[in-house]
Amino acid sequence: MTKLNRVAVTGMGAICGLGNSLKEVWENALAGKSGISKIERVNTENWAVNFAGEVKNFKLDDKLMDPKDQDRFDMFNQFGLHAGAEAIEMSGIMNSDYKKEKIGIIFGTGLGGFPHIEANITAMNDKGPRRVSPFFIPSVIPNMAPGLMAIHYGFKGINFSIASACASSAHAIGAAATEIMLGRQDAMITGGTEAVITGSPIAGFSNMKALSKRNDDPSKASRPYDTGRDGFVMGEGAGILVLENYEKAKARGAKIYAEVVGFGASDDAHHITAPHPEGSGAMICMEQALELAGLKPEDIGYINAHGTSTPLGDVAETEAIKKVFGKHAYDLRVSSTKSMTGHLLGAAGGLESIFCIMALDTGILPPTINLENQDPACDLNYVPNKPEKRDIKYALNNSFGFGGTNSSTIFKKVF
Amino acid sequence: MEMQDKVIKLVSEATKMDAANISTNTSFVDDLNLDSLDMVELMMKMEDEFGVEIPEDETENLKSVGDVVSYLKSKTN
Repeated sequence: MTKLNRVAVTGMGAICGLGNSLKEVWENALAGKSGISKIERVNTENWAVNFAGEVKNFKLDDKLMDPKDQDRFDMFNQFGLHAGAEAIEMSGIMNSDYKKEKIGIIFGTGLGGFPHIEANITAMNDKGPRRVSPFFIPSVIPNMAPGLMAIHYGFKGINFSIASACASSAHAIGAAATEIMLGRQDAMITGGTEAVITGSPIAGFSNMKALSKRNDDPSKASRPYDTGRDGFVMGEGAGILVLENYEKAKARGAKIYAEVVGFGASDDAHHITAPHPEGSGAMICMEQALELAGLKPEDIGYINAHGTSTPLGDVAETEAIKKVFGKHAYDLRVSSTKSMTGHLLGAAGGLESIFCIMALDTGILPPTINLENQDPACDLNYVPNKPEKRDIKYALNNSFGFGGTNSSTIFKKVF
Repeated sequence: MEMQDKVIKLVSEATKMDAANISTNTSFVDDLNLDSLDMVELMMKMEDEFGVEIPEDETENLKSVGDVVSYLKSKTN
């Protein structure tokens, strides 16, 4: 096999409950703010859970989508375009001489366009099948966000979405990096987008007892590793990266924010929704990622954990980290930014990879907020409540999903 | 509101085109650049508003805002 190409990160775009741009999201994360609040976009009467990491004050730029299409295309498409445009702008790839067929897009989306699925089913039940929108299918299929982006920018390379629940965008980044490593693409737009703050997904997650029910105090609801945690908080938004062939990015003078050096993926083979109690699948993918990167466990300085604030998940991941990293587990730093953003489901890995890259680039680790009474079963240093200045060389992002699926990605600081 | 004004209002809402620029002479394809899916969606809105059913083969004959107004008048009188 030929030598693999190195993979640079040259652009990032973010939108979530913490803000509608990378700058806002990062600044609010370092300020330890909560992006969780009462849901405003839809009526939550009779819902068991009425709060989320909802994006506020969002209006897609008319340059990115014709105004008449903006009511038609489900919100996850629009978040993807919005964050994608920010990442593309930051990278400067539109001024590069890459051929359009060497620029591809792989996104992760866990559920697809639930708000429009619900609306069209309601229309069908109330008024009959003739009232189902001709735009229903294109609006909701999970690969339409990369499809719309390809149409807008003319990128003719590989184009699809990955659905692996809450690991979707982490898997997307791994797949996109692979395209560059193998030389099939020169640049990739990747990460994930999700927007399912609507009745049936909230009810579904709530009825399976996965969601926090702290309706009276939303900003305190997402509290990973704390004894008072009672489930995850639904988030929404997008986290998009531009990856490039490292040597080509360097040659065109692009600013490189980090390098993607490792990726691992595995399955617990244990239960549809519960994690393996000892985190066996999580161990496998962290070890794989280290192996591909050619690193020792001691090289990792920071882990952005899956850390969803569920009673079982936080302990299982902590166990897996301790098994992989041994004594070093107590020296490295682990934080769950879901304490601030909520759980972006299929977009979580994209956004949290951005937190890893920003931590490497700035030397500041984002905190786990609401960590007031640390669970004795979660006994690592989770960067409690305040950011920490710490120079690190490598950061690892974990993302796990229903179906027992796991992925780990390792980013390297660029000097 | 006159039927013509109601139709123009619906076309304006669906296309985000200023109602002042839409008249009975406005062509869906030539002036508003609507494709076949846009037309299906627009006819659904008309059906909802006026409580009539516009068969698919009839839609093909409705090329302008005026055509729709005439058709609806013939069905609702």
